[in-house]
Amino acid sequence: MKNPYKAQNIAFFFLFLSTLLIVVPVGLIVVIIVQKGLPGISWQFLSDIPRQGMRAGGIFPAIIGTLYLVSGAIVFALPIGLLAAIYLSEYSKDNLLNRVIKLAIVNLAGVPSVVYGLFGLALFVVFFKFGASIIAGSLTLGIMVLPIIITASREALESVPYSFREVSLSLGASKWQTIRHIVLPNAVPGILTGTILALGRAAGETAPILFTVAAFYLPRLPNSLFDQAMALPYHLYVISTQVPNVDEKIRYGTAFVLLALVLLMNLAAIVIRNRFRKKKKW
Amino acid sequence: MVKFYIKDLNIWFGSVHAVKQLSMEVNSNEILSVIGPSNSGKTTFLRMLNRLNDLTPNFRMSGEIKLEKENIKNIDAQILRKRVGMVFALPLPLPLSIFDNVSYGVKMHGVKNKNILEEKVKKALKEAYLWEEVKDRLNESAFKLSGGQQQRLCIARTLAVEPEVILFDEPCSGLDPISTAKVEDAIGLLKKNYTIVLVTNNVKQAARVGDRTAFFLSGELIELDKTDKIFTAPVKKQTDDYIRGKFG
Repeated sequence: MKNPYKAQNIAFFFLFLSTLLIVVPVGLIVVIIVQKGLPGISWQFLSDIPRQGMRAGGIFPAIIGTLYLVSGAIVFALPIGLLAAIYLSEYSKDNLLNRVIKLAIVNLAGVPSVVYGLFGLALFVVFFKFGASIIAGSLTLGIMVLPIIITASREALESVPYSFREVSLSLGASKWQTIRHIVLPNAVPGILTGTILALGRAAGETAPILFTVAAFYLPRLPNSLFDQAMALPYHLYVISTQVPNVDEKIRYGTAFVLLALVLLMNLAAIVIRNRFRKKKKW
Repeated sequence: MVKFYIKDLNIWFGSVHAVKQLSMEVNSNEILSVIGPSNSGKTTFLRMLNRLNDLTPNFRMSGEIKLEKENIKNIDAQILRKRVGMVFALPLPLPLSIFDNVSYGVKMHGVKNKNILEEKVKKALKEAYLWEEVKDRLNESAFKLSGGQQQRLCIARTLAVEPEVILFDEPCSGLDPISTAKVEDAIGLLKKNYTIVLVTNNVKQAARVGDRTAFFLSGELIELDKTDKIFTAPVKKQTDDYIRGKFG
């Protein structure tokens, strides 16, 4: 290893190889799902209810169910997560208790999703007597994505230069005015990035909705927030493992729709984020 | 008339004794320059006058500071900072347009009327000698201005709030000589209406601008006198050594 150029080339090779190892499986997943799923996609598939024991018809109730669940989770988790992040980054003193709280929140992001599912079952379904319902499922998903939103928002808030805060305060603005007019607007892109991650996670998880909302087979739209609903990830699980003889087109078609839905939501959030980034003036 | 009356002021950050047993006065409508080497407590002293040190963890103080006979401890921090404005060492525009930078403080104090805002912004920019250069681009980002323009924008932003005192913390440390001259001109003309405390690393700047000059060393006030006197016949040897550039 005397030759620094050789060392550099070897390092470069391994860095490239690692990147490739990540990109290839992701690319393959997308290619396979598009290839096998796209032929199954039709207007009828997207807009019809499942028929013949889910072996025919469409997946409309599952799409709507997932949209309800994801929106519910974000409506619940974004405000609470953001407020908690503001408290943690702007108001909380740097002491042992607050450090423990911050550590706990980061670690919560790593708790297996099935644990959230059981927690949601115990708290929302049983204790609050919501039953298996959209509200119970949304709240469970919301709690699951809270740590993601809090952590991302906190980092976004803390990345706004301290000097901006000092300038604002030195002009006689209150702390809340400073947060509201200077810190928050400049943290929006980072907060939205966290929200994007949370959206994708909430849309794709099966375990948290398993006990709290997901219906095995419910060929109609939910009536209210306290009704059960079908959801794409669980539906995919059901038709892949629980119901025999489901056409491959339907299975991969469902996977394709789930993937496209998450991608679409991310895209929307990215567009909003970029609009805010353009406004950023430093 | 005395603007700031400071008696037995001590400031600590954790175990660091940053300002020691300081007693002095700042008169109305004077430019008081504060000179001294790095770590001599000049900026700490300055940030005490608008209670910006309150934001620093581990900050402790003893002694008293009065703004026109009222202990600043008893003045609400927001109101104190409205009365005592500050311009920082580096040009620090907020990530807003030129107009919004200048109107920011005014808005935060509750003024919403657009005409009043426009009037105040115009007046402040004129006072800071920036109006002619920016009057056609008020909606552009403040970050598009040059360093010197940005610093005059920061002065205008402070003026717009209509303070009684303006604290300058080495306002020209990042600027070229021409920009420095412009900022100094602006400061010189502000004396009529404001009391100014100017902390500077540049001894010549103190000689050019200040009515009186205070020399700080290791957190202590060594000497405070008319600027002419300090620069021609200082009483203390350390002062003489410093202004001759023997240390610092």
